[in-house]
Amino acid sequence: MSDSLKKKLKLKVSAINDGTVIDHIPSENLFKVISILGLEKVKSQITFGFNFESEKMGSKAIIKVSDVFFEDDEINKISLIARNAKLNIIRDYEVVEKRVVEVPDKVIGIVKCFNPKCITNNEEITTYFNVISKNPLDLKCKYCEKITHEHQMVIK
Amino acid sequence: MKKNDLISITDYSKEDYLHILELAADFEKNPNQRLLEGKVVASLFFEPSTRTRLSFETAINRLGGRIIGFSDAGSSSVSKGETLHDTIRMVSNYVDLIVMRHHLEGSARYAAEVADVPVINAGDGANQHPTQTLLDMYSILKTQGTLDNINIFMIGDLKYGRTVHSLLMALSEFEKPIFNFIAPEELAMPEEYKLFLKEKGIRFFEHTEINENINHADIIYMTRVQKERFMDPIEYEKVKNVYILRNNMLNDTKPNMRILHPLPRINEIHPDVDKNEKAYYFTQAKNGVYTRQAIIAHILNLK
Repeated sequence: MSDSLKKKLKLKVSAINDGTVIDHIPSENLFKVISILGLEKVKSQITFGFNFESEKMGSKAIIKVSDVFFEDDEINKISLIARNAKLNIIRDYEVVEKRVVEVPDKVIGIVKCFNPKCITNNEEITTYFNVISKNPLDLKCKYCEKITHEHQMVIK
Repeated sequence: MKKNDLISITDYSKEDYLHILELAADFEKNPNQRLLEGKVVASLFFEPSTRTRLSFETAINRLGGRIIGFSDAGSSSVSKGETLHDTIRMVSNYVDLIVMRHHLEGSARYAAEVADVPVINAGDGANQHPTQTLLDMYSILKTQGTLDNINIFMIGDLKYGRTVHSLLMALSEFEKPIFNFIAPEELAMPEEYKLFLKEKGIRFFEHTEINENINHADIIYMTRVQKERFMDPIEYEKVKNVYILRNNMLNDTKPNMRILHPLPRINEIHPDVDKNEKAYYFTQAKNGVYTRQAIIAHILNLK
């Protein structure tokens, strides 16, 4: 990223004292990420922005959450829709740790089974998939045993 | 204690298969063993299936158990809009075992999670029908004396046919099976199963017609080519008569060869085959009762 772009970004999104910055979210998935992480219920200050220019992604979104630090299990849920998301852990305005998200071995909830005849699409049941391939993503439903491929994936 | 359900054939190990087959042989010798005396079994057929239901209910009766249930969802509270969850929760309070068939895939796995008592899957849509696989294995063991080194020809709808997929997985646990697949292109064995065999180093061959190759078979496993599987009715018309087994095709087949079919058949086995001693499908259905007695005994730890 060029220096001028960095400067512009800095101006657009205010810095946080302590907390987590989630960067490189595809703009179109920003609200899904907010929903998956349950950020609408968080009481601390949150700023987010989207449609920022990104050399790698074309357009990206950023979320800054004050005073919240995510567990791996929690943050890895967003890997399904924000494959290249990066986390900056901020303490006292400084980045103290950088993390990337990883596709988990199991995906619970979040994704709909692609099979219309699956019981999970016909009754109130939390979906449950075993990840059988991470790239491209293949999810095997614990219930109907069918595989939902990446291009068939719909977020609940 | 963890309960012992049977939802998918892959839930069981080779040791489980062998234990069940051994019990089945014992029940065949002595079918009336009142091991379920004083127990109640729910037979929940949300989708009608005469053959499977009667087979299970006969097995339960021969074991001296009592049955409650329904034979189609129309006569149950499902018709009032009750969820599967609530039906299973309720029934699970009453009985010692649940046998269920349902048209939705994954319904049996879900029911097993909801129920406090063991659940046997008697078919969940196009997904699994593990008791069929075990009775198929029992029929192979009985007619061949072994489950090792079996040369099996699977013919018909190999794409959607759940029985062939489950049998393929189960037989792959035994020594050196050889699989031969005969199906129209539209209904060919799916790649994932061929890949599974390749990874296990198991030999398989694909053919597009029934010819003298079947003379190598120990088992011919016929399935129905179903019209509703075809997008284009013309395609169905083209293949519907290609995969018909006739008595004159069996002249040079091996003496030990037997023909299996999960039934019902439509026209894929010509009635003239029925008289041939190699036709085994009706005995196979009879084996289903012993096998289901064995499965129940295994699941409830009765033997």
